[in-house]
Amino acid sequence: MKIPEQVKRLGTVLAVIVALVLLLRFVILPESFFSAKPHQVATVVREMDKPIQHAGVAACRKCHEDEYEAKYAGSHRNIGCENCHGPSAAHASDKSAEKPRKPREREFCLTCHAYDGSRPNGFPQVYPQEHRPGKRCVICHDAHDPVPPRTPEECSGCHGRIARTKALSTHALLPCTECHVVDEQHLLEPRSALPTKPDSREMCGRCHASGSTDPAASKAVVDLASHGGIYVCWECHYAHLPEGRK
Amino acid sequence: MNKREFLRQVVSFLPAAGLLRMFPETAEAKELISAPTADYDPTKHWYGMGVDVDKCIGCNRCVEACKAENAVPEEPFYFRTWIERYKIRSDGETTVECISTREAPPEQAEPEDPNVVRTFFVPKLCNQCAHPPCVQVCPVGATFQTSDGVVLVDATRCIGCRYCIQACPYGARYLNPHTRTADKCTFCYHRITKGLLPACVEVCPTEARIFGDFKGQADRLVRFQRVNQISVLKPDLNTEPKVLYAQLDGEVR
Repeated sequence: MKIPEQVKRLGTVLAVIVALVLLLRFVILPESFFSAKPHQVATVVREMDKPIQHAGVAACRKCHEDEYEAKYAGSHRNIGCENCHGPSAAHASDKSAEKPRKPREREFCLTCHAYDGSRPNGFPQVYPQEHRPGKRCVICHDAHDPVPPRTPEECSGCHGRIARTKALSTHALLPCTECHVVDEQHLLEPRSALPTKPDSREMCGRCHASGSTDPAASKAVVDLASHGGIYVCWECHYAHLPEGRK
Repeated sequence: MNKREFLRQVVSFLPAAGLLRMFPETAEAKELISAPTADYDPTKHWYGMGVDVDKCIGCNRCVEACKAENAVPEEPFYFRTWIERYKIRSDGETTVECISTREAPPEQAEPEDPNVVRTFFVPKLCNQCAHPPCVQVCPVGATFQTSDGVVLVDATRCIGCRYCIQACPYGARYLNPHTRTADKCTFCYHRITKGLLPACVEVCPTEARIFGDFKGQADRLVRFQRVNQISVLKPDLNTEPKVLYAQLDGEVR
């Protein structure tokens, strides 16, 4: 079979084009033309060159050692300076630049310390409506070392909600220490020594057992042997408001 | 010009085109390909973050610091990191709320739901996956993983098609409304390469966030990994996240 002349010519042209493309791809153009590496390196360099806003605790400490020491001794020891004072890299590199902020508003402290049910147990929180409403926190608390100025003398200083609840209940006249044994250590570091709760039914039974001889014996008497089984009284009755919650 | 003349000129031009091969030989380009800077070797690091859920108090300081450090738009819809509040009710129903979108915490605390059995905060951010789905889908190769494990976006190449935003199983990317390119957490790449902590870790008041280097010896993150029960988000996707969560509730997605 004879191949037509025009097919041969077309074939030659195609072969030349293919050869040129292959030449361009593998011989003429450098490998970096196809590689993503130079673009990626340029991006990395661009990212690394971005300006730093937060200087870091180490930089603050160089000049403010006293504040750092005070903070390190207190319960705010793990908080970076710029958490409260704001991004301060400009101030760290040039003292004449604008000074970092000094937040003194109540709302600022409440960002962390207002009560929120989702916060972890044991994190110090206050009810903003009940804990010195309207007063600025810095009046009593030094933010670098935020222990309260002194231990309140009454239990209600810290346990106000419980004290107010109890004041409205039939247990209003009972002092807290009637039921709770409070260790001296609790007044200094509340969480290190928690007050006790009654661990026996006889404790409540002094007033509430039928046949009690106590002059202050309550009218609400039960037979300890048949009432409540194995449970301690406060597992069902809320002792700070006994008529309120079952 | 006839055909014969044209072809002769094309052929005579070919050696001249070989000049293109000169371009990677310039000193600057060579240096760029080997290492970004002289005093930082990315192959010696493999960065990660640890998040202790039990310590997060939901104060949003990390979100604010991140926005200040990385020029993230102030509108409360754009985040590189954000905090979610989980509430799990006794009937098994779980509600998730992003608390970072709030302007300010409400003055009057919300009434407590007695049916809530567990509630806690979970900080979220880009998980810097070892096998990032966002990198696979990018049609222009604008997003990539560096040798130290951080996933970055090349804003000059990104065409803003939002494929990566769809592909991210953790919802960690957003489209920057000013640059019209995808943006995400970089672990504060400009800070960590200079030995500083990411801004969110720097300001976290309860040390709920730990930053570290899996290749570092006696590193905080390695210790965090050893002493805690570690989970990652969506492990079934095999993305191998480098953000490790301690004490993570099974309900967290």
